[in-house]
Amino acid sequence: MRQVGQPIRKKDAMALVTGQPVFTDDMAPKDCLIVKVLRSPHANALIKSIKTDIAKKVPGIEDIYTWEDVPQERFTMAGQTYPEPSPYDRLILDRHVRYVGDPVAIVAGERELCVDRALKMIKVEYEVLPAILDLHGAKDNAVLVHPEESWRSLCPVGADNKRNLCASETSGTGDVDQVLADCDVVLERTYRVQAAQQAMMETFRTACYIDAYGRLNVMSSTQIVFHVRRILSNALGIPKSKIRAFKPRIGGGFGAKQTVVSEVFPAFVTWKTKKPSKMVFTREESQTASTPRHEMEVTVKVGADRDGKVRALDVYTLSNTGAYGEHGPTTVGLSGHKSIPLYGSLEAHRFSYDVVYTNVMSAGAYRGYGATQGIFAVESAVNELADKLGMDPVELRMKNMVREGQFMPAYYGETATSCALDRCMKRAKEMIGWEEKYPCRDMGNGKVRSVGVAMGMQGSCISGVDVGSATIKLNEDGIYTLSIGAADMGTGCDTILAQIAAQSLECPVENVTVSGADTDTSPYDSGSYASSTTYVTGRAVERACETLKERIVQRAAEMLECSSDDLEFDGQRARNLSTGEEVSIEEIGTASMCGNNVALQVTESNSSPVSPPPFMVGMVEIELDKETGHVEILDYVAVVDCGTVVNPNLARVQVEGGIVQGIGMALYEQIQYNEKGQMLNNSLMQYKVPTRLDMGKLRVEFESSYEPTGPFGAKSIGEIVINTPAPALIHAIANATGIWFGQLPVTSEKIAMGILERCE
Amino acid sequence: MQISIQLNGKKITEEIRPDLLLIDWVRQHGCYSVKCGCETSNCGLCTVFLDEKPVLSCSILAARADGRKVDTLEGLKEEAEEFGAFIADQGAEQCGFCNPGMIMNAIALFREIADPTDDEIKEYLAGNLCRCSGYEGQLRGIRAFIEYRKKGGAVCDK
Ligand code: FES
Ligand code: FES
Repeated sequence: MRQVGQPIRKKDAMALVTGQPVFTDDMAPKDCLIVKVLRSPHANALIKSIKTDIAKKVPGIEDIYTWEDVPQERFTMAGQTYPEPSPYDRLILDRHVRYVGDPVAIVAGERELCVDRALKMIKVEYEVLPAILDLHGAKDNAVLVHPEESWRSLCPVGADNKRNLCASETSGTGDVDQVLADCDVVLERTYRVQAAQQAMMETFRTACYIDAYGRLNVMSSTQIVFHVRRILSNALGIPKSKIRAFKPRIGGGFGAKQTVVSEVFPAFVTWKTKKPSKMVFTREESQTASTPRHEMEVTVKVGADRDGKVRALDVYTLSNTGAYGEHGPTTVGLSGHKSIPLYGSLEAHRFSYDVVYTNVMSAGAYRGYGATQGIFAVESAVNELADKLGMDPVELRMKNMVREGQFMPAYYGETATSCALDRCMKRAKEMIGWEEKYPCRDMGNGKVRSVGVAMGMQGSCISGVDVGSATIKLNEDGIYTLSIGAADMGTGCDTILAQIAAQSLECPVENVTVSGADTDTSPYDSGSYASSTTYVTGRAVERACETLKERIVQRAAEMLECSSDDLEFDGQRARNLSTGEEVSIEEIGTASMCGNNVALQVTESNSSPVSPPPFMVGMVEIELDKETGHVEILDYVAVVDCGTVVNPNLARVQVEGGIVQGIGMALYEQIQYNEKGQMLNNSLMQYKVPTRLDMGKLRVEFESSYEPTGPFGAKSIGEIVINTPAPALIHAIANATGIWFGQLPVTSEKIAMGILERCE
Repeated sequence: MQISIQLNGKKITEEIRPDLLLIDWVRQHGCYSVKCGCETSNCGLCTVFLDEKPVLSCSILAARADGRKVDTLEGLKEEAEEFGAFIADQGAEQCGFCNPGMIMNAIALFREIADPTDDEIKEYLAGNLCRCSGYEGQLRGIRAFIEYRKKGGAVCDK
């Protein structure tokens, strides 16, 4: 019975398509307090005084809290394994506000109307301070974003709040400067990737209540229930044993919900008042006070021989973490560690970075997690190098790309145990018709058709850190319950993990019920991020099932009064090989409920010492209008190596969704601030995400490999898919116009202006 | 003020504040399929039928629906299940948050255009954003449903 590799329908599919009330706000207690926060209008300021007495008199207001009412221990909202590399630089409410949108007061009231009224009646006096709005010059600036003594960094990441530094490091192999000096061609370019919003359709939201045991129950749209528990414990200063965090269906995450965003405010209110409460972010709040992608400026030096052998890569990344350091020290690492190793036989490489604090909204995790920024830079530089060498960029890559079995010094010294990147490239080339179309064809009507290419890689977990666990239980009737701490945010991991269980237990996937992500009942899981669920938790599921099978055989042997060595179990029946006697799985399940000493329930954990990268090639064909600069995507082909594809339907949709997000980021999505640090595009009216008219045609194929450390050979897929659109599109635009854009997004306006300037 | 609306076939008469939005009103009456994604009439998640025509319930006052018929996905269960299954078979429902609004508009499309082309489908649904699926899977599901409908009756044909 094969379950892995099948396009099985998601277990919650019908509830979702019929609009059942399964999301946080649909299930929040009906009579709960409404929680909202007053936000700072200044990018950097100290609160001189704050008056809430009049606002508190508004009928229906429960209470209003300011910086004087909250615990003074700093914490981080980053959903990471303890000790978090992200600095402890937050308070629930701080006297020092550091970006436009930083919370100033929490208002809780019976209805939205009275809360809104009270918000307007709070009087705050600010001492406005000079602000740092640009990432250049933030390091060692006289203005400090975090001057406070209570700031602290738990890990040695090169952080120093007195220098506006959230992290810094240099690593590498070989003497990069010497190799570069010896190269026939050296190209140096700087690329800028803007902050972009995850813009999942469901905004941030949390509902809280106190249960019969006096514990704080937190239902949140989150990817990381266990980290939420720890973060709330840190923030509120209450023991973890007093907190339960769980998640219902999540309306998209993409990393946004790997950070605590809305949780602390209603949790604080409910803990104080012992009354149920909820907070639902508006779209404007989600745009202006959340954790978008880190803005990064990546400088790449690439050196090669005349015949196209790439010999050295030198990458420096300047990353903007904004007002707080969530994920600042870790995202930046991927910009080098997941771009440089795409090139397999470098003689030397160097990767260094600085992550700086500024007075804009804090950045955070977003699908791709820094790899997106780094890959855009390195792949664009390589495309330009090919142009300079007069070589076909596909040929150049075939010559230099990492291959299966190769050692990857820039990828934490791991070996590419499974890698079909070369086959991905060949297939993509065929699919798009590269030979005929590269570099461009002038259509004679003011339009040019051109193509572009890029490769990408990602990881499958955080090696040596991430933990996935699974509990599997046999019930009467031979059905199984699988309990997990990983969070399905629409990716379908509940279903994928059930498939893995069903495959291991040789039963239909319907026989596996999944329940998940509840700190009280799920086995520990670091959460759904770093693309790790299928790879890390999947392996835990596989292991738990193996152990459960042994237990089942043991129980059956007791029933058949023989030794378990004489038994054979095929998922449906256990058979005594010498006598032919049998018991069915239903009978075993039922027997486990009467006079039984063997628990037919198993928990296994899994952590991986390696993080095998999935690989991918993206190629795009565009039609560019030379007059307007408009880019129309005609065809996007993606060929992905994610090891064994567990569920082809769900994998395909992951790829398609990621590519469309990547297209948005490449061509128009961007967060912009005015000179006061106020965001200009704080709604979906101004912040444009792609619609179905913008994405052209996508074609996805898989070139499978077999990853020995993954469940049934699987690697990850969630994040890699966003990494190729930007470099491939910018390449195609260069092939159409001759202009190499280095700053995302490349809007029609920039293209049109670029063409004009060229003509002059 | 007092309004009287027929919600999913049931008449409701009650006092409301004049500034109550239709989306808040339908959710207050248990129609949780109706979601808010943007508040600025950009996402289409809040789509409901007002006298059989799709409207954005975040951008219309409940008072405007006085004396009229409002239908949400809850009231179109059979059609939602029948068509939704085709979306589900593509895995294109992903997080599912955008689906009710998209399905409402798709049903409206099927009622309006018997055999839509890909371009017609894309244009009709252009106002329905989805951040997860990349739209291709939804298009495949819609195409498969149209094929199925051509081969035999479907609830939407009623
Ligand atoms: S909430 Fe109505 S269109 Fe987005
Ligand atoms: S499925 Fe998540 S937004 Fe469409």
